[in-house]
Amino acid sequence: MPFQGEKPIFLQLAEQLEEGILSGTYPEGSQVPSITEYATTYKINPATANKGINLLVSAGLLYKKRGIGMFVAEGAQAALQKKRSEAFYQDYVKKLVREAQNLGLDLDQLTELIQRGYYDVH
Amino acid sequence: MSIEFQSVSKRFGSTQALNQVSLTLEEGHIYGLLGNNGAGKTTLLSILTDRLRPDSGHVLVDGESVRNNDEALGKLFLVGEQNFFPDDMKVKRAFQVAESFYPDFDLNRAMELAKEFGLPLKKKITSLSTGYASIFRLVLGLSVNTPYILFDEPVLGLDAQNRDLFYRLLIEKYSQDPCTILISTHLIAEVEHIIDHTIILREGKVLRDAPTEELMEDTYALSGPAGMVDQYAEGKNILSCHTLGGLKTVSIQGQPEEEPPLGLEINRMSLQDYFISLQEAEERKEEGQ
Repeated sequence: MPFQGEKPIFLQLAEQLEEGILSGTYPEGSQVPSITEYATTYKINPATANKGINLLVSAGLLYKKRGIGMFVAEGAQAALQKKRSEAFYQDYVKKLVREAQNLGLDLDQLTELIQRGYYDVH
Repeated sequence: MSIEFQSVSKRFGSTQALNQVSLTLEEGHIYGLLGNNGAGKTTLLSILTDRLRPDSGHVLVDGESVRNNDEALGKLFLVGEQNFFPDDMKVKRAFQVAESFYPDFDLNRAMELAKEFGLPLKKKITSLSTGYASIFRLVLGLSVNTPYILFDEPVLGLDAQNRDLFYRLLIEKYSQDPCTILISTHLIAEVEHIIDHTIILREGKVLRDAPTEELMEDTYALSGPAGMVDQYAEGKNILSCHTLGGLKTVSIQGQPEEEPPLGLEINRMSLQDYFISLQEAEERKEEGQ
C-alpha cells in the first residue's frame, strides 16, 4: 500500500499521477490507467480514485476520450513544473524551516546545511 | 433502491442486542459495518435476511418488508458462516444449486474465481479447510449478482494473499456493476479505503453513520509535550488520551485550527485509531454514569 500519512487518499493518488506526468512515466498524449485499474491495484473505493483523477481533469492536465479512457494533455508537464515549484515552497521549504526552528537552528546554520545538502546530492 | 432499518430492537434474555436501530443503506455504495464483539452486527444481518425476527421495528428492502418475503429476500445475499447446502454436496454442485436459486448467478464467473483462488471443485463443502470454506462462500458472494451483497467477516481464516485477492476482486466487481455492498468486519485497517460509508455499532446502538471521508475529516490526533497538549486541547472534545514519558497524544473530535503552535503536531487519524478512540470515549462515559 503506497498510501499513508496525513493526506486523504484521493489527494495522494492525484499527486502520484502528477509525479508520473512530471517524470515522463506518462508522456503527453499517452493514456493513463483507468479508475478501475487504480481502484483494484491500490484497493481503494472507485469513487475515491475517480475523485483523485478528476482533480487532474479539472486542472486541464488530463482529458477524457469517451469510451476509451484518460489521456495526458499537451503542456501538462510544463504546467505541473510551475505548480510544483510553488508547492515545493509550501510543502517542503516551510516544513524545513519549521523543523529547523524546532531544532533551534538559526538562518545561517540552516543555509549552511542546505548548501551542504545541495553539493552532497548528485 | 435502498435497505431501511426502522427502529429495530432485539433482546436475547437480559442482553439488548439491538436498541432502536434506524439505518438506510443507499444503492451504489460500499458500507462498512464496524463494532466490537457483541455490538450487534451479526444480529442486524440476521434480521435483515429474515433469519431472526426483531422484537419491534421493520426492515424494508426497496420499500418492501423482508418478513416472509421471498422476493425481497432474493435481492439479498449474505456471505456468512452458515451454509445452506447439504453436508455431502460438492463445491461445483453447490454452485449449480446456487444458480437455480439466484437467476443472475454467474456460473462461469464462479468457476473462474474458484480457479483463481485455487478452490477445489470436486471436494465436499464440509471437507474444506477453514480458509477454503471462507473462499467458497466468497466465490458465491462475488458471483451471485444480487443487488445487495452482505459480507459477515468475509476474510476469516484467509491468508494475506487471498485476502488481498478478495479485496481486489470485490472492487473489480463493484466497478463493473455498482451494486450495494456491506462488509461487517473487525479488520478495519484492511477495509478503511474500500468502504465509502461507515456504520459503527456499540452495544446495540448506532454510534456513527456517515460517509467515511466525512468521519475522517472530523477528527485528528494531536501530540507533543503534555503541558502544551493539555493547553491546546482544553475545551475540545477529547476522545482518547495516551502518554509516553512526557509525550502526550490525544485524539479529538472536530476539525483542527489552522497552524498548531510550535512543538505540537497534528495528524490525520486512521479509521481504526478513530474507532478505538471512540470506544474508549464511550467506555469513559459509561464509567462516569
